[in-house]
Amino acid sequence: MADLELRAISKRFDKGLVLDNISLNVSDGTFAILLGPSGCGKSTLLRIIAGLESHTSGQVFIDGAPVDDLSPAARDIAMVFQHYALYPHLSVRENLAFGLSMRKTPRHVIEERIADTAQLLNILELLDRKPKDLSGGQRQRVAMGRAMVRKPKLFLFDEPLSNLDAQLRTSTRVELKKLQQRLGATMIYVTHDQVEAMTLGDVIVVMNGGHLQQADPPHRTYLYPTNPFVASFIGTPPMNLWQGTLRQEGGATIFRVGDLELALPPFALNASGSFAGPAVLGIRPEDVRLEPTTRPAIRVEASIDLNEDLGADQILYCSMRGEPLVVRLSQASLISPGQTLPVSLPHDKLHLFVDGRRINPLPNSDP
Amino acid sequence: MTQRLLLVLGILLTVTGSLAPFVWFVLTSFKTQQEVEAVPPSWWPSGGWHFYRAALFDHHLLSYVGNSVFVAGCTTVLALAIGIPAAYVLARVKLQGKSWILGGLLTVSMFPQMAIAGPVWRLLANVHGLNTHWGLILPYVTFSLPLVIWILASFFKELPAELEEAAQVDGCTTWQTLTRIMLPLATPGIFTAAILTFIYSWNEFFFALLILTQPDKHTLPLGIALFQGEFTIPWGELAAASVLATLPLVFIVLLCQRWIISGLSAGAVKG
Repeated sequence: MADLELRAISKRFDKGLVLDNISLNVSDGTFAILLGPSGCGKSTLLRIIAGLESHTSGQVFIDGAPVDDLSPAARDIAMVFQHYALYPHLSVRENLAFGLSMRKTPRHVIEERIADTAQLLNILELLDRKPKDLSGGQRQRVAMGRAMVRKPKLFLFDEPLSNLDAQLRTSTRVELKKLQQRLGATMIYVTHDQVEAMTLGDVIVVMNGGHLQQADPPHRTYLYPTNPFVASFIGTPPMNLWQGTLRQEGGATIFRVGDLELALPPFALNASGSFAGPAVLGIRPEDVRLEPTTRPAIRVEASIDLNEDLGADQILYCSMRGEPLVVRLSQASLISPGQTLPVSLPHDKLHLFVDGRRINPLPNSDP
Repeated sequence: MTQRLLLVLGILLTVTGSLAPFVWFVLTSFKTQQEVEAVPPSWWPSGGWHFYRAALFDHHLLSYVGNSVFVAGCTTVLALAIGIPAAYVLARVKLQGKSWILGGLLTVSMFPQMAIAGPVWRLLANVHGLNTHWGLILPYVTFSLPLVIWILASFFKELPAELEEAAQVDGCTTWQTLTRIMLPLATPGIFTAAILTFIYSWNEFFFALLILTQPDKHTLPLGIALFQGEFTIPWGELAAASVLATLPLVFIVLLCQRWIISGLSAGAVKG
């Protein structure tokens, strides 16, 4: 168990900068998710933490000690690989024992640890099989087991569930979360799946284009995305975002996109004292209200283009004077395409971004 | 249907074509001297083992076998000992000019033997390598290394890099990764390379003729070729000796066949 600190990590490949000045603190016992689209540098960052890849500048600390010059083995980390990387010529038992015996752990300790881990992961009956005789889910467990028997300071996961089918992925996800809580281990987990990120993580580290976008608990990341990228990347269907312009008019702030003009609530003024220029306005599909509300809100007409019934939810694809609006309703309603409805965009649910940064005040404490 | 027939016919022709000379030699080795010289040739032998006896005891075949086993064995072991680490480095380690090295190896193996015979002889003469077995092993290892390295490098390249990284995280040095993880997985490639090297040095004639002049040093191909006397060609003894010389190869290939199964790495990544 340990904490991890990254200080200004940058990585340059021949083709350019893949990680730009990443700083991050992961405290002991935290399940941290590195989330981002493919090519955002999250796997490279994980490999730098593991010591499998070198960084161009910056420092990695595990438990307060710099590990930049240490080999992966000396860092006392364990890694679960995307394709599991089980040694094909060794049995499950030998796979589990390999790392311990490389470290000259006494025989009886190895056996004890294997027995405990196999029990915990429910792979006792697989111990004498070869990896090729295991199903995908079983291989995944063995790969987990190989990491766990070592009792490392840090667990690193490189998209470990991406090779499982959807059903197995869900159940394995739940088990993994239970396991992490039981072990109280510090885990760094790379994924591009926002559902995995939301459900597993204590902290989600959103990355894009080699930059760290936001590192916050899942709920906070969802409710208060710090920039338009995070806002659009997390949530299904994604947040409605409009690229428009802001201007001041008679004490009111007007957001204009296409033919649509929306009067915004009085946000705190920025340093320059006024809002003018390009901005991005957003609202989550489930925050749009169709029923009359007394809360302060922007009221606007929307015509329904399409109605998707997902059973539990209904997704309405609408347009407001040509600007697209997606609405998610949690109860069934008899709304048909072609209808025009008044919709409300509650003030407290709006997200306003200027210069790629969030303008609305963040709440002082976590929700 | 016709396609199938043509296929079967083609296979039959190929197999017969390549086996016919060998079958003829096997038959000849069991003939009597009269049958060997008979015109028109007599097909079915009735002679028994006497040519074998003659080849083994009158022509000292066993000493040639011993020499060949030594030379081919040493060549194989040395070629693998040098070739395995070289191939691993060329396949996996980041190295400047890697493709030049691999290309160079290929070029070297394309030199015609005639062109290098002279220099090789001169070099060996300078280091007193003529008429010694190591003087033969040295060029054999050199000639087989390009093939060994190419076979093994392509094998190592096929193995998933994740396995090496897992080994690294588990605490292996590069050398341990090679010996404990990569080598067991490359077994099919290693056996293939070993067999090809062994066959090459078992059958090689030209350099053996060039370097070994003392009969007690002769390897099998050389010994058998020099069976012939001044006025006669002992076809029967030659046939018997050739059969005996081929048997170990057939035996080794059959023995190793079960190791040359690909797919040993199945299950390393997803299966």
